[in-house]
This record gives sequence, structure tokens and C-alpha cells, in this order.
Amino acid sequence: MLEIHDLHAQIEGKEILKGINLTVKPGEVHAIMGPNGSGKSTLASVLAGNPAFTVTGGSVTFYGKDLLAMSPEDRSHEGLFLSFQYPVEIPGVSMVNFMRAAINEKRKYYGQEPLSASDFLKLMREKRSIVELDNKLASRSVNEGFSGGEKKRNEIFQMAMLEPRLSILDETDSGLDIDALRTVAGGVNKLKTADNATIVITHYQRLLDYIKPDFVHVLYKGRIVKTDGPQLALVLEEKGYDWIKQEFDSLKG
Amino acid sequence: MSSSIQQYIDIYKQFGARIDTASSPVFNALRPAALAALEGRRMPVKGDENYEVSDLEAIYAPDYGINIDRLAATADTDEPFRCDVPNLSTSLYYVFNDTYPHAQQKLPGGVVVTSMNDATYHEIVSRHYGTIAPADNPQVALNTLLAQDGMLVYIPAGVVVERPIQLVNLLRANSPLMTNRRMLIIVETGAQAKMLVCDHTQSADTDFLNTQVVEIIVGENATFDYYDLEEASERTHRVSSLWVRQAAGSNVLVNGITLMNGTTRNDYHIDIDGQHAETSLLGMAIANNTQHIDNHTYIGHNVGYCHSNELFKYVLDDDATGAFTGKILVAAGSPRTEAYQSNRNICASSRAKMYTKPQLEIYTDDVKCGHGATVGQLDQDAMFYMQTRGISCQEARTLLMQAFMSDIIDGVRLEALRDRLRHLVEKRFAGTLAQCRNCTASQSCHTRIKKK
Repeated sequence: MLEIHDLHAQIEGKEILKGINLTVKPGEVHAIMGPNGSGKSTLASVLAGNPAFTVTGGSVTFYGKDLLAMSPEDRSHEGLFLSFQYPVEIPGVSMVNFMRAAINEKRKYYGQEPLSASDFLKLMREKRSIVELDNKLASRSVNEGFSGGEKKRNEIFQMAMLEPRLSILDETDSGLDIDALRTVAGGVNKLKTADNATIVITHYQRLLDYIKPDFVHVLYKGRIVKTDGPQLALVLEEKGYDWIKQEFDSLKG
Repeated sequence: MSSSIQQYIDIYKQFGARIDTASSPVFNALRPAALAALEGRRMPVKGDENYEVSDLEAIYAPDYGINIDRLAATADTDEPFRCDVPNLSTSLYYVFNDTYPHAQQKLPGGVVVTSMNDATYHEIVSRHYGTIAPADNPQVALNTLLAQDGMLVYIPAGVVVERPIQLVNLLRANSPLMTNRRMLIIVETGAQAKMLVCDHTQSADTDFLNTQVVEIIVGENATFDYYDLEEASERTHRVSSLWVRQAAGSNVLVNGITLMNGTTRNDYHIDIDGQHAETSLLGMAIANNTQHIDNHTYIGHNVGYCHSNELFKYVLDDDATGAFTGKILVAAGSPRTEAYQSNRNICASSRAKMYTKPQLEIYTDDVKCGHGATVGQLDQDAMFYMQTRGISCQEARTLLMQAFMSDIIDGVRLEALRDRLRHLVEKRFAGTLAQCRNCTASQSCHTRIKKK
């Protein structure tokens, strides 16, 4: 579904991604790990279409379409979802209005009528239960005053509402205690099907105990320098990243 | 020196008798003093203190017609008015240009809403007319020189008016017209009322100059809400001033909302004369194209133990200009005053201009005062976040701009009006301001793709 070929991207003239290659097929779970500043979040941002980044080379196709030519909203309509590392607070915009706009714009994209108010609220209720999101939060402004855990739950709730084909979870585990982590990971697993795929960006093995990856990639200095099965995450947990850095840097040197 | 005022002085000198014939002796009595205040003067121009960006000379200069013989206006009341507020039952009055209706009957509790020319209430009008607005202010003086009619709203002591009083001001003419409107509102001790005044222009292709002076006297422990909503046309020039005197223990809310206009100068001037009074002064302005909105506000804490809260918000797009002056004066001997002021603005285009001038003058110790002003753009992080959820750039802008105005709308103390305003603001943003140039002309809403 997703083909990333030699992707280069920069922000404010500084090159962060220096030739990413990655293929994701339906039903797969990919973990992307790597030390701080390696470009993990940049990759997520670029795939979602963050205008702060400039793509300077390479290509990304999503179900055969040129992803980079699409607006962020069309990427969403086509089935791409980004769970933010730092979900944005939007004071004054209620969760209900926010979600209704999102759902109805997607329906419009596919030539469908807007959802009726009662069907919409039913859908909200149903999806909320997946991550045990409190009804009170659903009636508040988007993420405003939410705790760290609530924000992450809210991300997975939105993912449940939008039913993406490819979800990118950007450090969804950061700032979560073990109970919240279990709930959030449980939500992600409930949404897993043979037709959708997940890219999990994380620093730690911890999340991968709950969301089992098929592949683990290590991103370092803007490139994927190592790819292996789930056991790679365990090795990283034990040995850290230094051995990979040395391997890569000596190769280059 | 040529002054825009001269043509009006000439009109008065030539047609003074005809102007007087058609209006109440109360109006006529103040004209000589108004004339004296105007002779040899000009209107403020850009750069004058308190008029930094508004050129009143230019506004008053064109040759407008004036309906000095009070010919019956023919406004079309069948046209569905945009200010129609569903689920809000009001005592509704239509004002055609500057001709006010004579009430057929009193409202419950002896409440009076009628033309100031209504001879029945001559005594009460003459007692208060021109006592609040300063006679030497050129805007006020010119209005006083030419005004022939106005609305009297009288709420007797202790009467609680449940039904809001709504005035729908309509401008309609085939040739350029100047209207001079006047209002006198008296809310006696312990009385409570809410008022909604909607300004509309029905003839979008005609130039109008609409001057207005509103005087409001609020008695001890009285509560009064005044919602001033302008939804006019781009060819309407409005010069309005509102003067309030608040007695001890009173509670006043003034909310000035500009949804659609041409050139607007509003003065909101509130004097707090009695202790333990509360004042809320709120305002919202939405402008695009070359619209111009200048709100000049003053709150005078003339005694201690009072609380005022002021918040104005603007969203400007295209080549629109906004100005805000917020002066709060805490006079000597006004302890325990609490006064807060805030002005927040969004310039949605790079050409829109906002001028803001917060001013606090404090001559007493032991007070709590604060003010702040910001001018910024829409939150780009929030924009992107919404877009990743499939919300279009245009819709995201609309949602954010609406959200920005939500605390002004939430300040409305009438639920049905709050709902209506939310709808009107949404329509306003969706209709004109959300033409998301960023989504089409430039690529700033997309990831920029730059091939090597």
C-alpha cells in the first residue's frame, strides 16, 4: 500500500531525511525505532503533509497514487492517519464539531451524504468505548485541558472514527503510565484488520510488548540503517543504539 | 479653512425652520448650542489624537441627501431580515432610515418605547436629552444640529422587562442619504432590561452616512444589556457614539458587534459614577475587502469598589483595517477598583492592518488593573492538525475563526441570541472570509514539493 523511495526532506534548509526506503503491505505492523534526532517524527510529518517540511527528493506512493502531491486532508480521505506525538489543543472548537466536520468531509470526498445527527452521535459512542474515552472529554474543546494520557486516547479515538488504511503512531507511548499504555495499545489492536497497516514510531520496546510488529526498522541520521524481525527491538532494548551508530558511522567513515 | 462641517451648517442656516417644524421642541432647543460648537471647526482627521486611523472629514465630506421634511420612508418590511432571531421573542420595532415609530400602547409595567417626538413623553425626554453626550464633541454636535427624531426607551423603577426590546434599523434609499439617529434610554432604580439593536442596509448600491448618538442612564442597582449589531453594507458609513452613566450597584453589559459594514467608527463611553457597579464592555469585528472598523472605548472609574471587564476581538482579512482604543481611567479616590481590558486580533491576510492602543490611567492606589493586546495569525499547528483529520483548509479556518470569537458570543446574556450569533458568525466566515487563498493560490496549506 505504501512505497517510499529515496525520500529526502528538509526543514528551514536543514536536511533531515536523507533517502528513506520503506514498503508497507496491508496487514503489516512496522516499528520504526532510533535515537533522538534521527528523523522519526519528521518522516511521520512528511507523510502526513506537514507544510513546515519541504520534500527535496524521492517519491511516496499510497495505493498507487502520488501521496506527496495530495493535500493533508486528501491524504486523510485516502486513508492515512497520523497519531500526533503532541496532539494540538484547539480552544473553542468542540470535539463534536471537530469530529463531525472530519467525518462529513470524508463522506463528501466519497460522494456520500453527511451523517445524520443521531447516526453521528451513535458512531461517537461506539468508537469512544474502544479507548474508554470519557463522554465528558468528548463534549469539551479539542484536547483542551486533557491530560497526556487523555490526549493519546483521543488520538486513537479519532483513528477509530476515521478507520484509516494506514496509521502512523508517533510516540503514542510517550507520557503514558502503564494502564493508559495498555488501554491505548488495546484500542490499536482492536482496530487491526488484515486490510490495514500500522507504523509504530517509538523509542522503547515497551509499546511493542502490546503492539506486535512484523518488522523493526532503525532510523539513524535520516536513513533506515537496519531492518529485522521483532527480535531486533529486544536487542535494542538490551544494547541500546550505540552499536548500530558505530556500525553505520564506521561504514561511512 | 474648508471643512466638511460647513455644508451642514449651510443646510441648517438655510433650512433650519423646516428642520425645526418636523421635530420636537426638545431637539430644536439644543440646536443653537450645537451650531456654536461646530462653527469654525472641522471633523477629526487621521492622525488626530483618538482618531489615528479614521478620517471623519472624509466620511462627512460627500453630498448626502437629508430627509428634512420627514417624507415617509418606504422600507420593505416583507423582506426577510437577517437579524430575525428564531426562538427569541422580542418587543420588535422597525426604524426606517431615521424615522421612529410612535408606540400605540405602553408595554407591561409602564415601560415606554416610542419616538422621541411623541408629545406624551415630552417632559421626560427634555429632562435627559443631551445631558450625557458631550455637546462640544463634533460628532455629537453635528448629530444634535440635524437630528429630528429618535427612540425613547424608558424602564420605570423596579420593573423587570422579561422580553428583550429589539430595534431593527433599516437604511433604504435610491440616492445617497444621511440619517441622524438618536436614542435616549432611561433605566430607573432597580429596573432590568435587555436591548438588541440591529443595523441593516437594504439598498446595497446606495451610499449612506448614518450618524447616531445613544444616551443611556442606568439607575441604582439596575441591570441593562445593550447589544449593538451592525450588519450593514459595504457602502454604509457609520459614525456612532454611545454614552452611558452608571449609578451605584448597577450592572451594564454593552456588546458591539460588527459583522458587515463599510466604514465604521464607534465610540463606547461609559462613566461609572456609583460604587459597587459592574461593567462588561465586549466587542467583535469581522472585516474583509476594504472594510474599516474603528472602536474607540472609554471606561471611567470615577468612584471606588467597581469592576469592569473589557474584551474586543477582531478578525481582519484582505485589505481590511481595524482599530481599537481602550482607555480606562481610574480617577483619584477610587479604591478597590478592578478593571481588566483585552484586545485580541487575527490578521488573516498579510495586507490586513490592525491598530491597537490600550491605555490605562490610574490615579488611585489599591486597585487591580490589567490590559493586553495581541495581533496574530491563525494557529498553523491547529490548522495542520485539523487537516490531517480530513478537514479542509477552508473549513479549518472557519472553525478556528469561529472558535476565536466564541468568548464574545458566550458573553451574550440571551441564549437565543447567542445561538443566532454563532450561526451568523459561522455564515459570515464561511461566506466570505473563508475563501481560503492559502489552499489555492499559494501552496502554504500543502507540503511544498521542490525537486532538486
